[in-house]
Amino acid sequence: MDWLLQQLINGLGLGSIYALIALGYTMVYGVLRFINFAHSDILMLGAFAALYLEPHVSRMLGGPQSILGAILIAAVAAGLCALLGILIEFLAYRPLRQRPRLAVLITAIGVSLLIEFTAQHEKVFSAKTQFFPRLLPEHSFQLGQVYFSSTDLLVPAVTAAMLAAMWFIVQKTRTGTAMRAVSFNQQAASLMGVNVNRIISFTFGLGSALAAIAGILYAMKAPGIEPLMGVQPGLRAFIAAVLGGIGNLPGAVVGGLVLGILETFLGGIPWLSSYRDGIAFAILILILLFKPAGLLGKATVEKV
Amino acid sequence: MSLPGAKRWLLLGIALAAVASHFAHSPELGLNRYYLGVAVDVGIAIILAVSLNLINGHTGQFSLGHAGFMAVGGYTAAKISLLISPAGEAAWGFPLALLGGGLLAALAGLLVGIPSLRLRGDYLAIVTLGFGEIIRVAVQNMESVGAASGLKGIPKYTTLGWTFGLAAITIYVITALVNSTYGRGFIAVHDDEVAAESMGIPTTRYKVTAFVTGAFFAGIAGGLYAHHKQFLSPTGFDFLKSIDIVVMVILGGMGRTAGVAAAAVILTLLPESLRAFSEYRMIIYSLLIILLMMLRPQGLFTFQRKQGGAS
Repeated sequence: MDWLLQQLINGLGLGSIYALIALGYTMVYGVLRFINFAHSDILMLGAFAALYLEPHVSRMLGGPQSILGAILIAAVAAGLCALLGILIEFLAYRPLRQRPRLAVLITAIGVSLLIEFTAQHEKVFSAKTQFFPRLLPEHSFQLGQVYFSSTDLLVPAVTAAMLAAMWFIVQKTRTGTAMRAVSFNQQAASLMGVNVNRIISFTFGLGSALAAIAGILYAMKAPGIEPLMGVQPGLRAFIAAVLGGIGNLPGAVVGGLVLGILETFLGGIPWLSSYRDGIAFAILILILLFKPAGLLGKATVEKV
Repeated sequence: MSLPGAKRWLLLGIALAAVASHFAHSPELGLNRYYLGVAVDVGIAIILAVSLNLINGHTGQFSLGHAGFMAVGGYTAAKISLLISPAGEAAWGFPLALLGGGLLAALAGLLVGIPSLRLRGDYLAIVTLGFGEIIRVAVQNMESVGAASGLKGIPKYTTLGWTFGLAAITIYVITALVNSTYGRGFIAVHDDEVAAESMGIPTTRYKVTAFVTGAFFAGIAGGLYAHHKQFLSPTGFDFLKSIDIVVMVILGGMGRTAGVAAAAVILTLLPESLRAFSEYRMIIYSLLIILLMMLRPQGLFTFQRKQGGAS
């Protein structure tokens, strides 16, 4: 029982991070209908931005590990990544807007490889793992035989807050209405006076900011950060987004949590633990075989 | 390329390969071992790219897991060779090993083909990517094939002749298949699945056939690779390897066999020539992918709209 509870807490933490990254994937997919492979590298850049900001912020606030400092670091890193996301969309994806989706997908893979290999260059971040500073004071709690830390609580809380914020933006604001319109029918939306390019830029910015925050949270739980740190969580989050039905915000969160919890439980079984990297994909394939549109996605009928 | 043309190419290719094999490996000619090795790499890349072209180009099913099939074929072939003769003195077993690898890879292709019955586009891409990763993780955990540390001591049976002979056969089989009456179905599935279905073409069968055939040849390529490098490690068959092959297909122009084969040659030689700038090699490579997609998304060798059929 304790083991179950402990795994549940671990799985919830992991799943929340996946969910946060999946939110970004799914939002971009919603408006542009393509998989932004560079998303996982934005996550890595977010973590590195935090690494380089931390000493400056600590000096400015007169001490490390303050809550204000952590918020400031996360906000600046998210802002930087949002700008970068907008820039990538503008330079690499926008010229391909009318091209087949496959061309855009390959470009996205190209952008992802470009960021990864540039970051691995020794004059940039170098390929070695770097220690990630502690941003917040950490407390440990014990309930019976179950241990958890303040980070374990923080991650799901941030994810929930972000989901709420995204839901509010998409459902309640004018920009959100425009986003949904672009997602529904780009041409019709532009005829109704929606500035499609601006909406797409905004979506990229928002998604990249989410990735940066997810990257910082991931780095707080991981032992260190390196230029390829985004690949595995990015892949899992992408699976989570597909699992929940890509383009669907609550679906991304459900997919992320399901994946995180299942992976932790199955990975905790001794003879399965070394297959951990394959488990996520096996779950995905199984679910897609029975629900091809994902858990919360609507099955669409192709019209001719 | 019409059928007689394809046959001519096949004979020419095999004859050239036989001649090349006879001379290139004879010591008196003293060809540089490095260049020989690169030439074999080129041949293997041609087989991989042309076989993926059947799935991605002709049939229009986006697969990101070709390296997985290659891994299945490579490991199976290597294991068969090692079982027949650990010392590497039974070259007669080589065709057997290659065939075994190809067949097992085809079986894997069948497994991947089944989800493709229900999934399209991005969903299919991610599922094939997933299959590739699952194969890699499975190999990493198999002690009998060396697990994460790799399989060592595979006998060196791959020669220039084997490689280019098999490349010629691959090109021939796939061109002949696509250009046959039966093969028009692949192109119909690519052009419009709904229309093809309503014309009575069994689209699911075509898709699975494409996966099985493509995987079979990828398995053969894997077997050649295993007996060429004499060492296999799971990391050699990761996502990046699949991407490499996909880029070859796109660079050559989806569904154009000659272009895809040419792209396989260029993309194998390019990184070799960039060795001097090894630090920037991969950065240049990724920039090239992006620029290519912006400037020539139809492929380097496509100068007019495709008239249907395979060239």
